[in-house]
Amino acid sequence: MKKNSKSNLSRRKLMKSIAAVGSISAMPGFVNYSQASSSAPIRIGFQVHRTGIGAAYGRWYDRTTQAAVKIINDSGGINGRPIEIISEDDGTDPKRGAEALEKFANQHNCDVAFGTLFSHVVIGSAPRAGELKLPYFVVSEGHHVASGMLNRYTLQPGITDVKSQVQAMAPFVKNNLGKKVTMVYPDFAFGHDHRDYFSAAFESQGGEIIAKVPIPPTESSFSKYFPKIPRDTEVLYHVMVGPAVLTFVKELGEFYGSKGPKLFGFIDSVEAVDLNTPGLEFLDGSYFWEGNPRYAQDNQTVHDQFYRTAVGVDKNGASVSDPKDVSTYAHMFGCWETLHIIKKGMEVSGYSDVKDRSKLIEAVESMKNMPLSQAHPQGAKIFNGKTHQTFGHQYISKMTNGKLVLAHTTSIEDTFYPDEVDYTKQSF
Amino acid sequence: MRKDIILHLSALLILFLLEILGIFSEYHQGNFARILVLAAYGVGYNILFGYTGLLSLGHALFFSAGLYASGLSIYHLDYNIEQSLFLGICISALISLIIGFLALRTIGVSFMIVTLMFSQIAYLSILYFGSITRGDEGFVIQQSSRVFLSMDLSNPKIRYYSALLIFSLCMLINLWIAKSPFGRVLVAIRENSDRALMLGYNVKLYKLFSIIISGTISGLAGACYGILFGYVGASFAAVSYSIFPLLWVLIGGAGTVLGPLIGAIFMFYLIDYASDITDAYMIIVGVALLFVTLFARRGIIGELRFRYYKWIS
Repeated sequence: MKKNSKSNLSRRKLMKSIAAVGSISAMPGFVNYSQASSSAPIRIGFQVHRTGIGAAYGRWYDRTTQAAVKIINDSGGINGRPIEIISEDDGTDPKRGAEALEKFANQHNCDVAFGTLFSHVVIGSAPRAGELKLPYFVVSEGHHVASGMLNRYTLQPGITDVKSQVQAMAPFVKNNLGKKVTMVYPDFAFGHDHRDYFSAAFESQGGEIIAKVPIPPTESSFSKYFPKIPRDTEVLYHVMVGPAVLTFVKELGEFYGSKGPKLFGFIDSVEAVDLNTPGLEFLDGSYFWEGNPRYAQDNQTVHDQFYRTAVGVDKNGASVSDPKDVSTYAHMFGCWETLHIIKKGMEVSGYSDVKDRSKLIEAVESMKNMPLSQAHPQGAKIFNGKTHQTFGHQYISKMTNGKLVLAHTTSIEDTFYPDEVDYTKQSF
Repeated sequence: MRKDIILHLSALLILFLLEILGIFSEYHQGNFARILVLAAYGVGYNILFGYTGLLSLGHALFFSAGLYASGLSIYHLDYNIEQSLFLGICISALISLIIGFLALRTIGVSFMIVTLMFSQIAYLSILYFGSITRGDEGFVIQQSSRVFLSMDLSNPKIRYYSALLIFSLCMLINLWIAKSPFGRVLVAIRENSDRALMLGYNVKLYKLFSIIISGTISGLAGACYGILFGYVGASFAAVSYSIFPLLWVLIGGAGTVLGPLIGAIFMFYLIDYASDITDAYMIIVGVALLFVTLFARRGIIGELRFRYYKWIS
């Protein structure tokens, strides 16, 4: 057995300790990166869901981002500087999301951060973005930005938020599907947003929500909830997410057969899911909100055609290399558009390095009209610099023979609601 | 005894010097602030698992009790930091008492399951009462609310020293327990609870005290996490946040005072550096954990104590 070491620190031990601390400080990452020179790439930290519940979205957000960066770099980059994407997995977890931002700002010396979809990751990361004074462009569609919950450094210019999406659906549902609606939604914040915003908008249109059926998040079988749907329901509004969604639709089909109410749902329920999956036949004839039509439509714009080709998506919304790898087409355009907005913002503000971050934010805040173009293939948008939120067209498609066919496009004005915050009044 | 105290105080001194001498880059300063708060959570877990031998799978309940009690009181009631922190500690202590009272009717695997179930109830309640808690999205504690004695807790330096202070407090409580007769009884219960009972100790009461101390420290860490980092969310109440402290304690060394800190640092930087190498970083993490389990079964500090330095607490 070894003798116990001496109680007092010897000089040799002290030197060893100092050496140990020194060697730790020399490890990768303990060295501050030098300031980027003007010819250096623009470094964009890409916070991505590679693992966790958002992985399917993350995979396609990544592909869209890489495609957009290639297009921008091939056309001269930003102010002649190429974009370099620094990706970091946030694990679809708010704590790791905040750590990723820390890494972007303090280790990789990124100019800005962008990406990520899930609201809790955005809300968990945004305070750190504000503290780090790191512009954080999110592609989340949550109402958290426009609600005033976050800070001046967090912006959502490339994708509309759930409040505007949901309220824009109300006129179509009431005028085309029915006046008596039952809502089925997951019993957590995402579902509650739908419940609250759609109810308010629908009732203001003169419609009636006759029942609200929340489904607990841990539920894997749904048959017991269907008897709660009143018989006089004309429209069933459903917005389920997660792996149990296929079971939900299948059991709904078994419950109603061919005599059920009309169905209206959000594509989130079947995003990245092949609509020809056995069990989904029941959805034929039902309507879906889409952020961007998954299937190439007859009146497809040249911009959607260009974007679709650049990202590698076929006319059915799946990967060109694997028809079973279905994209998250309703959401991922936000990455493409956000990167183009960052480019424009940097060019307008004459951005050169991190000292110009506030100038970049002011430049983006001053943007308003974003016309349909190669930079905005989803459609024209109007950006509200005060609320840091963009507004744009929403699409309603009908499932016909296993494909989604565009039935209605809302106006941008349909998506407006009164401002809830003015971020421009916050100091940098 | 003296060497032991010098070792632990030296560890705290090194953490202090790393900051005050400017050895940390901003990145590692932020990381270590986070690690120190999480390590304090690990210290709480270690008291129950490492010293008393009770394996809880529901400690996220205590962490989130502190997190939500303090966070919600700031968010809805405009409490200041002192009041919210006090509330967070009180609520987590109360919940620890209730859970301890109920869960201690079971032992072994049943105890694990019961604690897990209570934790899941708390997690689902957070989702269910979304109008108050903002459910899975959580909510932000604004920078303007995070001021303690005129100090802005979002300032990186102040945050680091605050985290160090919290960790130091928890670690010193742990050290005191480890050296006290109370701690020795806990270890006796861990080693052989029947024998401890035969010797006349009220085993159930000691276990209850252990749960209350463990849960309160975990709740304190949770409250501080929300206050220092500005976010309160349901993911901190999920089962993974019951597994993390178990991993930190196992890797660092169960029943050692420094174990949770070493485990938390090891896990944090293992993931951090592995994710720089590959997207499949969890494979690297898994293999590394396998090696630690195979070659350092008692954890890093536990192995050092077993092989070389018997005097380490």
